[in-house]
Amino acid sequence: MCLAIPGKVVDTYDQRGLRMAKVEFGGIVREACLEYVPETQIGEYVLVHVGFAISRIDEAEAERTYQALKELDQLTELESPTVEEMAETGEPASPAWRNGGGLRE
Amino acid sequence: MKYLDEYRNGDIAAKIVAEMRRVQTRPWVLMEVCGGQTHSIVKNGLDHLLPEGVELVHGPGCPVCVTPLEMIDKAHAIARSPDVIFCSFGDMLRVPGSDGDLFSIKSMGGDVRIVYSPLDCLKIARANPENQVVFFAIGFETTAPANAMLAWRAREEKVTNLSLLVSHVLVPPALEAILSAPNNRVQGFLGPGHVCAVMGYNEYEPISSRYHVPIVITGFEPIDILEGTLMTIKQLEQGRATVENQYSRILDRRGNLPAQQLIAKVFEVGDRKWRGIGSIPMSGYHLRDEFLRYDAEKIFDVAEIATQEPKICISGEILRGLRKPHDCPAFGTLCNPQHPLGATMVSAEGACAAYYAYGRHLNPPGGDNLHQIAAGPSEREAAVQSPEERVYSHANR
Repeated sequence: MCLAIPGKVVDTYDQRGLRMAKVEFGGIVREACLEYVPETQIGEYVLVHVGFAISRIDEAEAERTYQALKELDQLTELESPTVEEMAETGEPASPAWRNGGGLRE
Repeated sequence: MKYLDEYRNGDIAAKIVAEMRRVQTRPWVLMEVCGGQTHSIVKNGLDHLLPEGVELVHGPGCPVCVTPLEMIDKAHAIARSPDVIFCSFGDMLRVPGSDGDLFSIKSMGGDVRIVYSPLDCLKIARANPENQVVFFAIGFETTAPANAMLAWRAREEKVTNLSLLVSHVLVPPALEAILSAPNNRVQGFLGPGHVCAVMGYNEYEPISSRYHVPIVITGFEPIDILEGTLMTIKQLEQGRATVENQYSRILDRRGNLPAQQLIAKVFEVGDRKWRGIGSIPMSGYHLRDEFLRYDAEKIFDVAEIATQEPKICISGEILRGLRKPHDCPAFGTLCNPQHPLGATMVSAEGACAAYYAYGRHLNPPGGDNLHQIAAGPSEREAAVQSPEERVYSHANR
């Protein structure tokens, strides 16, 4: 349940005010939220848990961890279905929670 | 390089075990806190690699396991309600309540959906404005940032048809509950690596010093676990008791500060009941008052359902490191992953389910000790022997 998987950030974008990324896990690409590691850039590796990057890691470490996890046969989490976003309404995205709540200075 | 690392890791594993033999002078009982660590240990037989006398007992760090039966029944009652779309992480779907599981509710027409990320629930809520979307927000601190973000975004975006059924638990109070029990056996902990990636490890220091136990924050790979075990044994042998960080490639002392800040905005700490263990004071998160309208327990009038666990089940003692799956007369017979009787069998990360998955129920009682590597080979021998050449003892035969 606390399984977290390292993956490579291959794209970043804004979605309704949240900083999001496409993250590649050994060939599988999933969406992850970058709000908790806001300084992350494309090409860097992050540790992803239930669709959220919770830590940044370096490339050599990521590869090593991934190989070991692959051995453990624990990637089933990535096989759960994707929920597609419905067509946007055309309204501007809501303000980011961080702006709304003043989370960061 | 990709495939070389494994072999290097194999060499490192042998060296770590050899170093354990060198430093260890007496028996020690260590607990790995996380279910993910338990799974890795049993799958890889790491406990069988350890020197004789170094025992790993399996901790309470499996959120699916410790979610109380009453809460599961509540979830099922909500999932059966008309017009509800009930969303959950996949590992909760097979957990039986007093009457069936989420899969059976789905098969009888309930709208039960597996989500990968809590944010998926927002998409589902926007796409289904006529329905009430309820998310089963379980987990330890690792999952709290994701679940907190769902509640935060729901409020920010003024989504009105979404709520969370929160059953969040915290690691430090559970460690204190284990250590303060009069019959406690645990002398050192392999700490929860991903929980600490979020929370850091400052809060473990008072526990380590008050109970004089080493706590080594440890990752999930075989090498991580062996290294964490070695670091813990070294502290014990030297009479030290501090918090150390084996998982430094992932986390530092402070953890993830933005995540901690949002958790604090959404959740407050309160009492929680743990399946198999009972109520532990201040051991879980609840939604803050500002988020009451997103609290499924408040929105849905679900009566408290009195539940009773089978008397034969010893999962409470297993979760506290007092007993092992083989000590249970029902293990592998009356109780198995298809028909679990208690906490440690309901999730793949529970100790009983992990033992079962890797065939340990086929061993005779006491079979945990069957394949211990004979104690005492020199460091040089342990370092150069391949696993096939090692001598196995059959202690209990």
